[in-house]
Amino acid sequence: MNEELKNVIEKVKKETTPKRKIFINTLKAFLVGGLICLVAQIIIEILMKSFGFNQEMANSIAITIMVFIGSVITGLGLYDKIGQFAGAGTIVPITGFANSMTSAALEYKSEGIIFGIFTNMFKLAGSVIVVGVISAFVFGTIRYLLGI
Amino acid sequence: MKIGKQSLTFHNVFIGEGAVVVGPKENQGPLSDYFDKAYDDLYCGAKTWEKAEMQLFKDAINISLSKNNLAVCDVDCLISGDLNNQIIIGSYTLRDYELPYLGIFGACSTSVEGLIIGGNMIESGSCSKVLVGTSSHNATSERQFRYPTEYGGQKPQTITSTATAAGILLLTNTKGKLCLSGATIGKVIDAKINDPHDLGRAMAPSAFDTIVTHFNDFNSKPNDYDLIVTGDLSYYGKDMLIKLFDEININIKEHYDDCGLLLYNQEKQNVFAGGSGCGCCAAVTYGYLLSKLRDNTYKKILVVATGALLNPIIVAQKETIPGISHAVIIERIDD
Amino acid sequence: MIYLMAFLIGGAICALGQIILDLFKLVPIHITTIFIALGSLFDTFGIYDKLIKISGAGATIPISSFGHSLVHSALEKAESVGYIGILTGVFNLTAAGIVSSIIFAFIVALILRPKG
Repeated sequence: MNEELKNVIEKVKKETTPKRKIFINTLKAFLVGGLICLVAQIIIEILMKSFGFNQEMANSIAITIMVFIGSVITGLGLYDKIGQFAGAGTIVPITGFANSMTSAALEYKSEGIIFGIFTNMFKLAGSVIVVGVISAFVFGTIRYLLGI
Repeated sequence: MKIGKQSLTFHNVFIGEGAVVVGPKENQGPLSDYFDKAYDDLYCGAKTWEKAEMQLFKDAINISLSKNNLAVCDVDCLISGDLNNQIIIGSYTLRDYELPYLGIFGACSTSVEGLIIGGNMIESGSCSKVLVGTSSHNATSERQFRYPTEYGGQKPQTITSTATAAGILLLTNTKGKLCLSGATIGKVIDAKINDPHDLGRAMAPSAFDTIVTHFNDFNSKPNDYDLIVTGDLSYYGKDMLIKLFDEININIKEHYDDCGLLLYNQEKQNVFAGGSGCGCCAAVTYGYLLSKLRDNTYKKILVVATGALLNPIIVAQKETIPGISHAVIIERIDD
Repeated sequence: MIYLMAFLIGGAICALGQIILDLFKLVPIHITTIFIALGSLFDTFGIYDKLIKISGAGATIPISSFGHSLVHSALEKAESVGYIGILTGVFNLTAAGIVSSIIFAFIVALILRPKG
């Protein structure tokens, strides 16, 4: 390709770089993310007040319930539509973690239980576990050395 | 015969009937009357996404043989390709046919790459009937190139929606109303765009290069064609291509459109920046555009299929995304 | 009051994620990685615990709390058994989240099919 065409392409490439709708996307993420956390808080309060669980147990059970909701909504084919609307509002909460695992398990179902579901379940969520453990190790060690 | 830098002329290549089979979204679009068969479910009656795409391709082959009044033994060769690893759709579908087969890969430029190769085989006299085809499926493409289909990650507005479609076209040396009169073979063009969510703009430079070369080789200009159509540049790539031509003082706007934008109703259907995939250009060209040539709406068109030559591994290695575009001239012969 | 704080803080954390996503043209995996690392970092200085106190689920539901829990349980164990506790205790608090995710993902994948 001659130099003239190359220069034209470079120029137009810069001029046509698309811009994202940051404000409206952030607002949607705020609303949906906040709503998910609100629902979880309501569940925690019910668990503590009506069922008598302590804070730590209530947290664990609430997380389990949120994971369940995330998995089921993924299985029903709805999470991807909500996710497209809410962006980080559904990626950041723990329901997003459940979605990444469930969607991967669902997708690879066609390759069978062992080579499909088992092998690929952590395809997207693996990074979460690995980076979590590595940063826990690094920061934990730093804090330990600084004296607890 | 070779002319110019990268082009060929054909004098003995005619176009038979095309067959197009699509999925639900395509059937709900503005071109549904031009498709031969449609499924109302992405699984197309099959167990997995890959088998669904094979079903589309198989239907397209059968409908094509029927429409052209051909038995399998009448066909010299079938040329096809798709987006799946190792282009398995063609290979596995053709287990059930006694058909010589050439598998090709041009990403989304496959539909025209096949026409160029098939056209050469007819022109040279070595073959009299060649079937050319391709397929794509939204789910097989998503799971291979992007994310699991139920993943909730947000897609940016520049992304395109892979079409669920298969198309087969007959090339023949038997005289007919439509002919393949020329072709321009594209080069790999890397404009150093590395965003796999913005493939339309990554491919626009290759379409630009191929069309400019085509105009030079054939000594033609946009006015010589009733329509110049690209495969799947998306809304953003189309805009970029128009601006690229503006920079060299050629106005293509009045004669130019994109298959990915023709295939769907941009307002009512959720397809982000437009349609894409091998089946996108095939469905629009082999179904709709040939119809428009036959009913005298168009006389001469230039079809430029555009392909993004990437895979997830190389993109993860921070490589940029090269594109390639192949062009063919399809015209109606009035006697 | 805790309900309002859960909504506001949870929403704010998600909003921050969206801003980073759009401003730097990143993908979801970048966001989860960054937030987990941030959660771990903030817990190292005890900041995340304060956030949980005032906003409850607003801080425990976002994925950053995962990073916080991993460091928190690692340090808790290290306090009682010495440095090796960093390795042995890391999954104590997050077990519920991981185990339930695996089990539910498996069950849903057995029963249902992806819809595309």
